[in-house]
Amino acid sequence: MKQVPTNISRRHFLKISTLTGGGILLGFELLANATPEAIAEAGAPVFAPNAYLSIDPQGIVTLMAPNPEIGQGVKTSLPMLLAEELDIDWNKVVVTQATLDKAYGNQVAGGSSSIRTRYEPIRKAGATARYMLIAAAAQTWNVPEQECTTENGWVLHKAGGKKLSYGELATKSASMPVPENIKLKDPKDFKIIGKRIKNIDNKQILTGKPLFGIDTRREGMFYTMVARPPAFGKKLKSFDDTDARKIPGVKNVVQAGNVVAVLATNTWAAKKGRDALKVVWEDDSKLESTAEHREAFTNFLQQKSEKPDRSDGDAEQSLAKAKKVIEAIYEVPIIAHAPMEPINFFADVRDGKADLYGPTQVPGKVRSDVAKALGIAEENITVGIPRQGGGFGRKLRSDNAVEAALISAAAKAPVQMLWTREDDMQGDFYRPNGMYRYRAAINENNELDGWYLIATALNSNRAASSENFPAGALANYRTDSHGLNSNIQTGPWRAPTHNALAFAEQSFLDEIAHELKKDPVAFRLELLDHAKSNPVGKVSYDIEKFKSVINLVSKMSNWGKNTPGRYKGFAAYYSFSTYVAEVAEISMVNGKLKVHKVYAAVNCGQVVNMSGAENQVQGAIVDGLGHAWFSEITFDKGAVQQKNFNSYKLIHMQDAPPEVEVQFIATNDAPTGLGEPGLPPIAAAVGNAIFAATGKRVRKLPFNNNMS
Amino acid sequence: MASYSLTVNNKKYTVDVLPDTPLLWVLRDELNLVGTKFGCGIAQCGACTVLMNDNAIRSCSYPVSAVGINKITTIEGLSENGDHPVQQAWDEADVPQCGYCQAGQVMATVALLKRKPHPTDEDINAAMTNICRCATYVRIRKAVHLAAEKTNSGTNGKPSTSSAAKDHKATF
Repeated sequence: MKQVPTNISRRHFLKISTLTGGGILLGFELLANATPEAIAEAGAPVFAPNAYLSIDPQGIVTLMAPNPEIGQGVKTSLPMLLAEELDIDWNKVVVTQATLDKAYGNQVAGGSSSIRTRYEPIRKAGATARYMLIAAAAQTWNVPEQECTTENGWVLHKAGGKKLSYGELATKSASMPVPENIKLKDPKDFKIIGKRIKNIDNKQILTGKPLFGIDTRREGMFYTMVARPPAFGKKLKSFDDTDARKIPGVKNVVQAGNVVAVLATNTWAAKKGRDALKVVWEDDSKLESTAEHREAFTNFLQQKSEKPDRSDGDAEQSLAKAKKVIEAIYEVPIIAHAPMEPINFFADVRDGKADLYGPTQVPGKVRSDVAKALGIAEENITVGIPRQGGGFGRKLRSDNAVEAALISAAAKAPVQMLWTREDDMQGDFYRPNGMYRYRAAINENNELDGWYLIATALNSNRAASSENFPAGALANYRTDSHGLNSNIQTGPWRAPTHNALAFAEQSFLDEIAHELKKDPVAFRLELLDHAKSNPVGKVSYDIEKFKSVINLVSKMSNWGKNTPGRYKGFAAYYSFSTYVAEVAEISMVNGKLKVHKVYAAVNCGQVVNMSGAENQVQGAIVDGLGHAWFSEITFDKGAVQQKNFNSYKLIHMQDAPPEVEVQFIATNDAPTGLGEPGLPPIAAAVGNAIFAATGKRVRKLPFNNNMS
Repeated sequence: MASYSLTVNNKKYTVDVLPDTPLLWVLRDELNLVGTKFGCGIAQCGACTVLMNDNAIRSCSYPVSAVGINKITTIEGLSENGDHPVQQAWDEADVPQCGYCQAGQVMATVALLKRKPHPTDEDINAAMTNICRCATYVRIRKAVHLAAEKTNSGTNGKPSTSSAAKDHKATF
C-alpha cells in the first residue's frame, strides 16, 4: 500500500492525473460539480465526473478519503468501499485524504454518519468505474460486455482467453459513456468489505511522519500561543506586552477578539511570551460554580413540565395507584473532550484570502465560519484536512480555526496557533452535567406499569431521549426535560445525550429488575416482547435487532453462571441505529473495583472493516468505562478546577480491562453507526456489576469519587 | 539563548535555544522531528516519550540543558525502515485509532522490553502509563506481548544499527 502523505486539492489531483499520462478520473454522483476550470486546467484526456478515484495508464489506482479522519477509521473504510466495487487489489491502491471540496458532498466526522450515509453512493462511484473499464475492454476485443468479468485490477474475457489491466484500459475508459443502471455487488461476492484491513496510516503513524495538524510547518510561519479568559464570564479588558516582547524569539503580540496572541519563532518562546503577558480580565457575565448547577438541577427534578417530551397513557396516575413506587436520582458530571492532540490550527490570511489547515470534524463549517469572521467570500478560503489526534465531538466546533484566522489577519502573517492542555481544559465545549429522576410504578400483579423520567442538563432541553426503550413497551410512560442555561460552553461529546442517559436508564432498569426479582436480561426481553405484541405509541427501535444483541451477549458471557468472586452486570442500548449489549465482569477487592472482562454484542448492519470495527467498539467501551470511573470537571466561579491530566483523570493501562470481546451480528443489512454506539452501555454495565458484587447502587458518576 | 550539542538518532546537532526549553520543543521545532508529540506539558500523558540512552523519558518536561552527552532516540530513529519489532507488532495488532499517542506508546514499550524482555501483564500495567485517549489499551497490551515475542525470537526486523554519527547542523 502506498501513501500520499500530503493533502492534495482536487484541482492539483486532476493535474497529477494528467501529468502521469492522461488516464481517467471516474466517479458517479456529482458530474455537474467538476468545475470547468478544473477540467480545463487538467487537460483534455481527463475524464472527471467526480473526484473519488483515478486510474492512470501505469495502473496506479488512487482512492480519495472524503471525510475527516479522527480515529474512527474512515480514511481506511470509505476507500475500502470504492476498492470493493472497483474490484482491485487493496494492497496496490493509493489512498489520499481529500481536501474540502463540494465534489465530496458532506465532509463531516460526526453522528457516526460516515459509513451510514456514504455506503451506497461510494460503492456506486467504484462500480461506475468498473462498468466503464469493462465497456472499454469489450469494445477493444469486440465482444459483448456481458461476457467480460473483472478480477483484482484486470478485465477478463474468459471465453476468448483475453485480459487487459485497468492501467492499460484507463485512457480508453475515459471516453466510455457513464453507465446509468449500476448494479452493486452481491454481498456474498465481497472480497474486501467485511474483512480485517489495517489502518491505512499505520506505517506513517508508527514512523512519526508529519500527519497531524500540529505537525504543520510552512514558510514564514509563526508558532503562536494565546492568552485566553481564565474563566467563563470573563472578557479581555487590557494587556501589557512589555515583558512578553523581551523574550528572545517573540516577534509579535496581537489581540484577536477576546484573546491575546504571541507570535514567535518557536513554541517555547511563544509560551514563555504568553505567560509573560500581563492581562487584565474583567467580569462580563455571571461566574458560575458546579454547586449552583446541582442546586438548580435538584429543583428542576421536582417540577412537572408543562409539555412532556412524550406521554403515553398516564404515568402520574399509574404512580398514584401503584402498589409500590421505585424512585431513584442519577447524576453525571461535566466531562472534557481532551483530545490527545491539543487544539491547534494553521491559518494564513492575506490579500482577502485564507489558507487554513488543521484539525476539524467539520471543514465546511470552518470555511463558512471563517468567511463570516473575516468578512471574505467562501471561495477565497481553502481548508485542508489533516489526520487528527482524536475528536470525540470537540472539533465539531470551528472556534480553533476562527481564532487562528483572526490572529493571522491581525498579524498579517501565517500562524500555527496551539493551545496548551490547560487552555483546552478551560476552553472546551464540555459534555454537560445532568440529573435524572426516575419513578417506576409497580402494579398489583408485580409488573412494571408506569415510568416517569424528569431529566435536566446544562444547556440542553432534551436531556431525556424520549423515544428510548422502554417507550412503547409500557402503558404509561412519560419523560420531561428541563434545560439549565449556562455560559459554560457545552457541546456534543461522543454519543451526545446517550453517554449520560444510558448510565441512568440502564442502571434504573436493573434496579427495577432486582425489585421485581427478575433476571435483568430476561426482564429486558420481556419488555421487548411487550413492545412487539402490544406496542404503545410509536416504537422507535428495532425489536429484533435489540433482541439479537441481548441474546448474543448472554451467550458470549455465560450470563447466569458466575465464578466465585466475579460479578456481572448487563446493559443494552441503541444509538445511531446500532444496537449494543454489554456484560461487564468485575471483582471488588478491598473496596477497589477491577474490571476483568467486557463482552459486547453489536448489530450495526454490514461491518465494513472488521479490524477497525472491533477496534472502535473496544475503544468506545474502555473510553466510556474510563470516563465513568474517573473523570469529572467542576467549576468554581467560572474557572475549571481540573486544569491538566494530573487532576483530570483519564483511564490508564492498569485499569483497562485486559480483555474486551466483541462480536458482530452477521448480516448484510445496510451499515449503521459505529464510532459512538459502543460507548453508552458500559457505565451501566459496570454499575450494575458493582451492585451485584456489593449490593450498593452507585447512582452518581464518576464511580471512583462516589463509591465509599 | 545558549548553544547545545545533542545526539539524536545517531546524528549530532547543535541548537541555539533558551536553556529551559524542553527537549520536546527542540525536537519538534528546531530539528523538525515531529513524530514526538505534545499532549500535556507536565509529563502526565507520555505522548512526548523518547529514549535517553535506554530509558524512556518525557521530553516535554526534560530541559534541553540537562541532556548533555546522553543519546536521544525518537520514533524517527527507531529503525531505518519502520520495521523495529515494536513497530511491527503495533502494525500487526492494528493498534492505532487516531494514532497521536502511539509514537510515545511505542517508545515506552521499547524501553520496557530493554529492561524486561518478557513482561507480564503486571509489568505492562506498571510501565505503560501513557494515556491513549482513544483507549486502545486492549490492543496495546497485545502488541507489547507480540513485540516481546518478536524481540526474543530475534528473527524479525532488528533495531537499526548505529551508523557513524555525522555532524549535522540543524537548519531552521
